[in-house]
Amino acid sequence: MQDEPTPIELTKAVADFLRNDITPLITGHQAFKLRVAINILDLVTRQLTQEEGRDASEVERLRALLGMDGSVTELNRALAERIAKGEVDLATPGLAEHLWATTMDKLAVDQPNYASYKRELSRGG
Amino acid sequence: MIEGELSRSVQRWCAGATGVTGAAKLSGGASQETWRFDITHPDGPIGAILRRSPKGYGAAPTRAAGLAAEAQLMQLAFEAGVPSPRVMHVLTPDEDLGTGFIMQRVEGETIARKILRDEEFAAARPHLARQIGGVLAGLHRLPQDKLPELRSRSATQEISEFERDYRSLNWPKPVFELALRWLRDHDPGPSVETTLVHGDFRNGNLIIGADGVRAVLDWELAHLGDPMEDLGWVCVNSWRFGEIDKPVGGFGSRVELFAGYEAAGRKVDPSRVKFWEVMGTLRWGIMCGGMMQRFREGPDHSMERAMIGRRASETEIDLLRLLAPRGG
Repeated sequence: MQDEPTPIELTKAVADFLRNDITPLITGHQAFKLRVAINILDLVTRQLTQEEGRDASEVERLRALLGMDGSVTELNRALAERIAKGEVDLATPGLAEHLWATTMDKLAVDQPNYASYKRELSRGG
Repeated sequence: MIEGELSRSVQRWCAGATGVTGAAKLSGGASQETWRFDITHPDGPIGAILRRSPKGYGAAPTRAAGLAAEAQLMQLAFEAGVPSPRVMHVLTPDEDLGTGFIMQRVEGETIARKILRDEEFAAARPHLARQIGGVLAGLHRLPQDKLPELRSRSATQEISEFERDYRSLNWPKPVFELALRWLRDHDPGPSVETTLVHGDFRNGNLIIGADGVRAVLDWELAHLGDPMEDLGWVCVNSWRFGEIDKPVGGFGSRVELFAGYEAAGRKVDPSRVKFWEVMGTLRWGIMCGGMMQRFREGPDHSMERAMIGRRASETEIDLLRLLAPRGG
């Protein structure tokens, strides 16, 4: 077990420093790049916060859907192959719900301000 | 300096020109650059744009039509009354500027978010969807016997090509697999009619002024194919920039787009348009993956490129909204 502060706390501290102390000092193209850098750190913080629990739910759904066990990567690969072969499709019970839940979890980390995501979130997640 | 070469060039083909000023690079990758500059002329400065591949970067990537074809298409469009910059000059090898062309600079805005939000475009916005329909109709009617040599692709070939691109990323994505299946199941077959297709006609590649569309840019993906492809691509959610209830570039409705297209004497096939919208959404998602790949393998190890990989999920939610919409 590693010591604290946690990676989440450390990443957040760097992002806040760049946002609050450095942003006012920088202009032009470098300011644009700084914004990208802060966005990356914010994304990393969101992923570190959310990934563990949501991956566990994803694995659970995939096991039920595929009737097999494996890591989240292995199970995604297996699902991709079955869809490609036509063995699983939108008529398969649980597939649409699984893809929606997984995609919503991705957007919550990648692009929580994306308009399509916000619209779907307002439907109840 | 590029101004020296440009000055020598303009004096050869622009009567009365004495030189150039204010050359500035607007954008550029490794193989293609865009520069703005002003031609010094006794009647007043003439705004111009240079599009070129620098020396040693002559070969175009496989999907691209090439700069010579681009120049020819823009000139044809200009002559046919499709909003387009006038091509002033095609570069020759002895000018030492690489390959490419010089065109008249059209003033206006290309940044989608500004066009969608700024007051300056408020009066134009409600008319843009219909106007875009008319522009596309004009473009699809360009005389085929005058077109440069272009690649020709059917829907079936495009699906295979995207599938190959996706598989080469080794990036298993169940939603992309679902989209590929859907595209194969809904492949509309050969188009009854093959026309020039712009290939990247969208909000961001149009110069817009207070009066509407002033120019269509970036013809590098032009090819021969199903004209409905352009109507589908312009509706891809990624080009609505947050205005998700206005499918045509965030400007307006499909009904307006189709009305503008048909008022100009051409027919719309809405199911083909939908097919190409799904295809376009997947296409942009795979492109995001390709950019992530280039970030990983270098030489472009930039943060921006890295972050584009994290935009593929935007196309996944949009594909689900198209293929497995939830109620209400």
